[in-house]
Amino acid sequence: MQATALESTHVALGARMVPFAGWSMPVQYRAILDEARTVRTKAGLFDLGHMGRVKVHGRQAEAFLQRLQTNDAAAIPPGRIRYAMILNEQGITQDDILVYRNPKNDGFFVVINAGNTARDLGIMRDVAKGFDVVVDDCTNKLGMIAIQGPLSQQITQQICKGDLAALKYYAWMDTVVCGIPMTLSRTGYTGEDGFEVYVPTGHEKQVWDAFMAAGEKDGMTAIGLGARDTLRHEAGMPLYGHEIDETTNPLEAGLDWAVKMNHDFVGKAALEKVLAAGGTGRKLVGITSSSKRCPRQGYPIVSGGTQIGQVCSGSISPTLDTNIATAYVRTEFAAPGTQLEFVVRDKAEPCTVAAMPFYKRAR
Amino acid sequence: MRPNDCKFLKSHEWCKIENGIATIGITDYAVSHLSDLVFLDLPNKGASVTFGESFGEIESVKAVSSLYSPVSGEVIDSNKNLPDNLEWLSQEPFGKAWMLKVKVTAKSPDLLEGAAYDAHCKAEG
Repeated sequence: MQATALESTHVALGARMVPFAGWSMPVQYRAILDEARTVRTKAGLFDLGHMGRVKVHGRQAEAFLQRLQTNDAAAIPPGRIRYAMILNEQGITQDDILVYRNPKNDGFFVVINAGNTARDLGIMRDVAKGFDVVVDDCTNKLGMIAIQGPLSQQITQQICKGDLAALKYYAWMDTVVCGIPMTLSRTGYTGEDGFEVYVPTGHEKQVWDAFMAAGEKDGMTAIGLGARDTLRHEAGMPLYGHEIDETTNPLEAGLDWAVKMNHDFVGKAALEKVLAAGGTGRKLVGITSSSKRCPRQGYPIVSGGTQIGQVCSGSISPTLDTNIATAYVRTEFAAPGTQLEFVVRDKAEPCTVAAMPFYKRAR
Repeated sequence: MRPNDCKFLKSHEWCKIENGIATIGITDYAVSHLSDLVFLDLPNKGASVTFGESFGEIESVKAVSSLYSPVSGEVIDSNKNLPDNLEWLSQEPFGKAWMLKVKVTAKSPDLLEGAAYDAHCKAEG
């Protein structure tokens, strides 16, 4: 079991620690729904030290990324970030990632899921064989801390030298946070405004404490992985192992906006076949239900007594005050407003196909 | 702190048997690890339960767990106010948060005494 540099900090804060993707991580410090509300109304601080972080540089870094992933790396300006997927030759999703082009245009940075880090690094090193490129796993050289919520900018600006108001969403910069040079991005996994900082190892505690000192008086608290999952689900963001996994392609998951067919990435030919066939016959949809039961991963979705789909993720949504879920359903049942049922313990409960995201912040 | 007249399953249910009637609930350990409870489904009076088999479900914000019966027999009473007052489970898991009263026809052979159950909880962390 691996631990981040902040493990003892979490324990001291009263966190319940759980194994997650081989890491000991805080699932919650307080009630999960209260933590989610704090992020929606104030701000929350997250330790993301478990996520995989990889630097990519060298003469053919861009060409390597064009082969590795689905988005158009050539179209990413310096200092900007894009969401993308790594596929296999069958067009099946191996991971979803963020690709950052360095602010100084001297390479790229890739953030990957903790649970897929080993496999992703294997794929990267395989693909890298054809290119003049260096794949540098920095997971243990950098910490990662996120602040999310409407107060993120005013809190972070107290400890950050760079002008945060000028930093666009999905952009990043080299800056100085509590006296330490590091990179900072305007990104996150909650549907709120916020930042993620990539902290040189050894300084994680100092940076965490600086955020806490700046934000605590405004009601910011530490937030665990439980609330993070609820928040990302409300915001319609997929989670590997739920909405996307070794059985799905990005087109049926509704992630075609992150797939650019203008370059030759692994899995492109398979996706072209899916497109030519008019899809796979199923689609990822949002589901809402006011039932007392919450739809959960794996529950069947039925219509007229016949199974037509399956739940990927289910959450009690504190923001919408209802149950939300994502599910793959047969395409003819995918229109918002379609009345369906989910099955829990042999009992059918009513639910409705809903447009995603469930939650969108006011800008 | 756990009552010394209770016996326990490793799956964190307790039972207290008096005059052939078992009162069944879940332990403080179960409640603290489930956290953020949102739903409880219990069988009605007259239902039968079987030791080692599921008699109901408890749902937290993040997960659903089955409840396992420490005994077999007929349910003669069910705590029908508990599903609407789930906070009782954290307040008095061995008191007002009891779940079922069962007329016992058989007991699970896997029931633990208090000390053995305490050790089991420690080992689970």
